[in-house]
Amino acid sequence: MLSKRNPQLNKHGELIHLLSIEGLPRAVIEQILDTAGSFLSVNDREVKKVPLLRGKSVFNLFFENSTRTRTTFEIAAKRLSADVINLDIARSSTAKGETLLDTVANLSAMHADMFVVRHSESGAPHLIAQHCAPHVHVVNAGDGRHAHPTQGLLDMYTIRHFKKDFRNLTVAIVGDIVHSRVARSDIHALNVLGVPEIRAVGPKTLVPGDLRDMGVRVCHDMAEGVKGADVVIMLRLQNERMNGGMLPSSGEFFKHFGLTPEKLALAKPDAIVMHPGPINRGVEIASEVADGKSSVILPQVTFGIAVRMAVMAILAGNEA
Amino acid sequence: MKILIKGGRLIDPATNLDRTGDVAIANGRIVHLGDVGDFGADRTVDARGLIVAPGLVDLCARLREPGHEHEGLLESELAAAAAGGVTSLVCPPDTDPVLDEPGLVEMLKFRARKLSRCRLFPLGALTRQLQGAALTEMAELTEAGCIGFSQAEVAIKDTLVLNRALQYAATYGYTVWLRPQDAWLGGGVAASGPVATRLGLSGVPVSAETVALHTIFELMRATGARVHLCRLSSAAGVELVHAAKKEGLAITADVSINSLHLSDVDIGYFDSAMRLTPPLRQGRDRDALRAGLADGTIDALVSDHMPVTTDEKAVPFAEATPGATGLELLLSLALRWARDAELPLQRALAVVTAEPVRVLGSALGSLSASAGRLVEGGVADVCVFDANASWSVTPEALASQGKHTPFAYASSGFELPARVRTTLVAGHIAYEA
Amino acid sequence: MSELLLDAEALYLELKKGVQKLMTPDTALVGIWSGGAWLAERLAADLGLASGTISSALHRDDFGSRGLVKADHTTLPFDVNGRDILLIDDVLYTGRTTRAVINELFDFGRPARVQLAVLVDRGGRELPIEPAFSAARVTLGPDQKLRLAQGEDRRLKFEVK
Repeated sequence: MLSKRNPQLNKHGELIHLLSIEGLPRAVIEQILDTAGSFLSVNDREVKKVPLLRGKSVFNLFFENSTRTRTTFEIAAKRLSADVINLDIARSSTAKGETLLDTVANLSAMHADMFVVRHSESGAPHLIAQHCAPHVHVVNAGDGRHAHPTQGLLDMYTIRHFKKDFRNLTVAIVGDIVHSRVARSDIHALNVLGVPEIRAVGPKTLVPGDLRDMGVRVCHDMAEGVKGADVVIMLRLQNERMNGGMLPSSGEFFKHFGLTPEKLALAKPDAIVMHPGPINRGVEIASEVADGKSSVILPQVTFGIAVRMAVMAILAGNEA
Repeated sequence: MKILIKGGRLIDPATNLDRTGDVAIANGRIVHLGDVGDFGADRTVDARGLIVAPGLVDLCARLREPGHEHEGLLESELAAAAAGGVTSLVCPPDTDPVLDEPGLVEMLKFRARKLSRCRLFPLGALTRQLQGAALTEMAELTEAGCIGFSQAEVAIKDTLVLNRALQYAATYGYTVWLRPQDAWLGGGVAASGPVATRLGLSGVPVSAETVALHTIFELMRATGARVHLCRLSSAAGVELVHAAKKEGLAITADVSINSLHLSDVDIGYFDSAMRLTPPLRQGRDRDALRAGLADGTIDALVSDHMPVTTDEKAVPFAEATPGATGLELLLSLALRWARDAELPLQRALAVVTAEPVRVLGSALGSLSASAGRLVEGGVADVCVFDANASWSVTPEALASQGKHTPFAYASSGFELPARVRTTLVAGHIAYEA
Repeated sequence: MSELLLDAEALYLELKKGVQKLMTPDTALVGIWSGGAWLAERLAADLGLASGTISSALHRDDFGSRGLVKADHTTLPFDVNGRDILLIDDVLYTGRTTRAVINELFDFGRPARVQLAVLVDRGGRELPIEPAFSAARVTLGPDQKLRLAQGEDRRLKFEVK
């Protein structure tokens, strides 16, 4: 079968949609990280706004609720001077049976320039990108279990900020990896940026052996997984996992795979602790660790706004 | 009506026929094969440079009537069969209403006969409403025209019911057609593996197929039933079938044109044309399926024809309706497989003519003597095609209402070999290019 | 590529004299990225003034067609509010970069005064922007590009393409 051109790139290899970290050339990832750096300084100015997206309309299409992520995208878009429209799809026409593509077509008719999409099905943003008008850019804010590229990028920005060089790091990702779009995006990005040791840590129901195909070392023991790590990324454990029969209880999970000060002590002394949020204290991470000196969870949020500004600014400047 | 097909290369794998010659047809039957002198034909079909083969026998094609008329009409789908050189086809019972009443079967056959001569062999439902609880009146349904019994895509969860169904069918010697897929393990949308993992799609492990196969074989040993396994998808599955055949269990098996040629990598960027059941597995599974079809472990190649609308495919991958159009691609893809496997043309034709007829066996009644073959005195079901032509699968080129297929030219970029020129069923011209 | 008969080093000395006439002890020199950055750095060292660099990337008017230029950072290590600012650039042409840079500057505060001093003014203005001092005036065709480069010996020289 023919391989198809990556829909995220135009024929010059420039980014026109951000759908997934997979398939992004390393140069594009680094461009986004470098650009994010300059936007970080915008947040420190008196006038926290630049006119790059002035007159452009950014539509937040959140088919899956998330006030946090939507808010950071809204802040980022507004700092670029864009007009932001938030669509709470669950209560709107889709609930009345309108198809995904019809919803998008209607919004395009209202002259949207950019869609920020979160959807519960893997591949939904790809479908939208294939069908929207040529000048419209699509940013994936999370699709099913497939990808959350802006989170992956801001996680990389965070690691680069604190650790500088990717090439000699050990990164451990802990928790419900099989269902995690954040984990997938992080793993792809870490691979592209040349991190030599990436560990996926958790019980077999959440970290099955076939994750090795993604280029990670699978560990079913927390101590082994965290030992000597430079970066520990904790993932949120969702209640559905207990209800769906994959885990007996959050208590047992915390005992064996939660990040406590004792487990953290096995990592390098200057290791950083990350979490995409929102955190479940006492389920995947102990309060003392979340609030402790190794935690960079709050800087991640700040970096997240700058990274999203960078993504939107780069996209808006490239033509299909 | 007297028809003379002149000067073609006559190939029939069942009788080892392979010679240039003519086919003289009268009263719906072949009256002479070979050199035909003056015949007084009403119509002469010039078959020089073309292959004259038995009409294809497709063991799985959904016509979507009754019930799903917006996806395909009996008329268009039977026309698609004829355009694909398919003269006999088996349709599964998952219509709406389900084919679990003799009256429904009779009506379907009646309607089909009015629209087309293509022979329709319906499968009856194994359990009422396919619900996996109460058995259907299998004898009544057979009298109405069913050639076997099936659960379509709905696996029976209750092994006690499955056991009884096999036992009951064995009483009469009916064949039970089963998709080997465990109801619970089979709930995903893509085959478990690196692609599904990367794309974040729920996976169907190979064990969904092997667990089901083991269960079916065990119950066959206990009941003595005959089973036809529909749509093998994995290397492990092929191995189990091979061993079971060696043991002497009364099984036959088929594979779809999609599983024969594609793998999970072809899903690409969530292309919903690849949303199929069974899901496309990895390259080594495909290789095993190809080898299995070549060595006879798998008996027949089927189109697994399932017309779906654009609305059903223009949604995120996991929400798309599984299925692809196939009747018009069966011949081309059989030939392509044989070319790739360096097998002779006869073998490509065998898996879509003589072998499916053998699978159907006595259920065909008197037809079994000549269906899927070119024999003097036998039914005149003939497919005349140009093996050297090629064509692109575009919506305009398809007679079926189902335009979605992984082999669409627009997405795959390549052409398929072989083009049907004339199809005859019961001595009448059903299709002419 | 030919080397125009512009002796960059000689022009630098002219620029320095011009800046000396415009400056106060509190003036901050702000070099416009990238050509102006070296100049400002060298002038600041020679004249004992504060300096910074400023990028036009975030306020350019050609963002829609060119996309985001590699956004080199604006670094202003002093308070802009109430400050006397002297923008330094190598070549002044249409004036659009200067306009963008002034917008960028105002994102940081309200300066007391903003002036512009350049090495070469090549005319062809498309906006009402004038330098307080230019060391040389030349006329070039619209298809010619004038670029200031820094050699390995850190001596400045001009390239015309």
